[in-house]
Amino acid sequence: MPNRFSGHSLTCFRGERFVFEALEFHVESGEALVLTGPNGSGKSSLIRIMAGLLAAVDGRLEWNGDPVAATPEDHSARLHYVGYQDAIKPVMTVRENLAFWAGLRGGVGKVPEALETVGLGAIADMPAQFLSSGQRRRLSLARIVASVAELWLLDEPTVGLDRHAVGILEGLVERHRAGGGMAVLATHQPIALGGTERGLDISGFAARRQIFDDVEARR
Amino acid sequence: MIRIMRHLVARDLRLALRQGSDAAMVIAFFVITVTLFPLGVGPEPNVLARIAAGVVWVTALLATMLSLDRLFQADYDDGSTDLLVLAPIPLELAVLAKVVAHWMLTGLPLIVTAPVLAALMNMPGPGYPVLIGSMLLATPTLSLIGSVGAALALGARRGGILISLLVLPLYIPVLIFAVGGVDAAISGLTPRPHLLLLGAILAAALPLAPWAAAAALRHSLR
Repeated sequence: MPNRFSGHSLTCFRGERFVFEALEFHVESGEALVLTGPNGSGKSSLIRIMAGLLAAVDGRLEWNGDPVAATPEDHSARLHYVGYQDAIKPVMTVRENLAFWAGLRGGVGKVPEALETVGLGAIADMPAQFLSSGQRRRLSLARIVASVAELWLLDEPTVGLDRHAVGILEGLVERHRAGGGMAVLATHQPIALGGTERGLDISGFAARRQIFDDVEARR
Repeated sequence: MIRIMRHLVARDLRLALRQGSDAAMVIAFFVITVTLFPLGVGPEPNVLARIAAGVVWVTALLATMLSLDRLFQADYDDGSTDLLVLAPIPLELAVLAKVVAHWMLTGLPLIVTAPVLAALMNMPGPGYPVLIGSMLLATPTLSLIGSVGAALALGARRGGILISLLVLPLYIPVLIFAVGGVDAAISGLTPRPHLLLLGAILAAALPLAPWAAAAALRHSLR
């Protein structure tokens, strides 16, 4: 039976203003959801809410109909989050950086393979401070290859990537979906996922209210 | 769980050693500051012996504090904190692992250096075992309490100063009982109650501090 990850009437309040409200989404095993919307429409915030890093002021996330908030550890164990920050330590080598994050999830054995996949195999022993921004991005993406997680939450994964690397990413997402995984991507650049991905333009949920109109929403 | 904690400690130690180390800075600060006292107070042996325990301990507190602002800041700046929160280990234990690494990098070198500096300050003989004992019991507490301040100050401008304001008042009991224990031993009394109280503070901080620091870390991501 396919798994289903969904969000209902999500409202995000950041920096003294409402970003979006009453947002609904759902994604099932084998699906990809591409979030679009102008800068500041809340794509990154939505991805962080999906990851449980940020709390929505209203609404709930559900996994197969059960509230995610009841079992936060289970939720973080089944997801990979790639944010706009790379979490790369400049004094460690490329391999050590990946081995650390993979080791947390028991994926040390797959480190060489993951580095080959994203095309960093040749510079695995180089200190990460010499990586270009595109290579840093590739290293972040290697994290999601090195250990298995069902739900991929990728925030602007294509920024800084060359066309070849975008192709690698598309292949990874395709393989992940074929294996029953699901992916949520926030992106500005066109990304080819076989045409079977669903889009969600979150500017359609832009908040109309500017302030809290009732105490309930504050909870 | 233990394996993941060891993994985290090993990473922090490796990072610190590669970066040419806060530990060396902490020790340099400790040594230089203590040597200022004979210069400032005058080389009168009795006066120095009288203030030796206090000077060594106050300076140890300040040295520990100097190293605190790096405890979570680097991870916070590069997004590692996000991934630690999502790691398959309770954030409290991840914080504890970072505190253990911090203690190995600052607490242990302080313990090793303190007797040498106490000798420089002409501390009487009976004080040394108690000085080392109190350091062993209390430096982990300093790292633990400090982690709460470091986590709370994340994202603040001039976080270093904020940490001092938050943490130094909480260090006062540690200072009082540690110095009191050494002074008791020097004047021929038993240091036992002082050391027991230091142990009690450590026993309380061990579960409470990681819990509070983890809550502050989670809050900093919001």
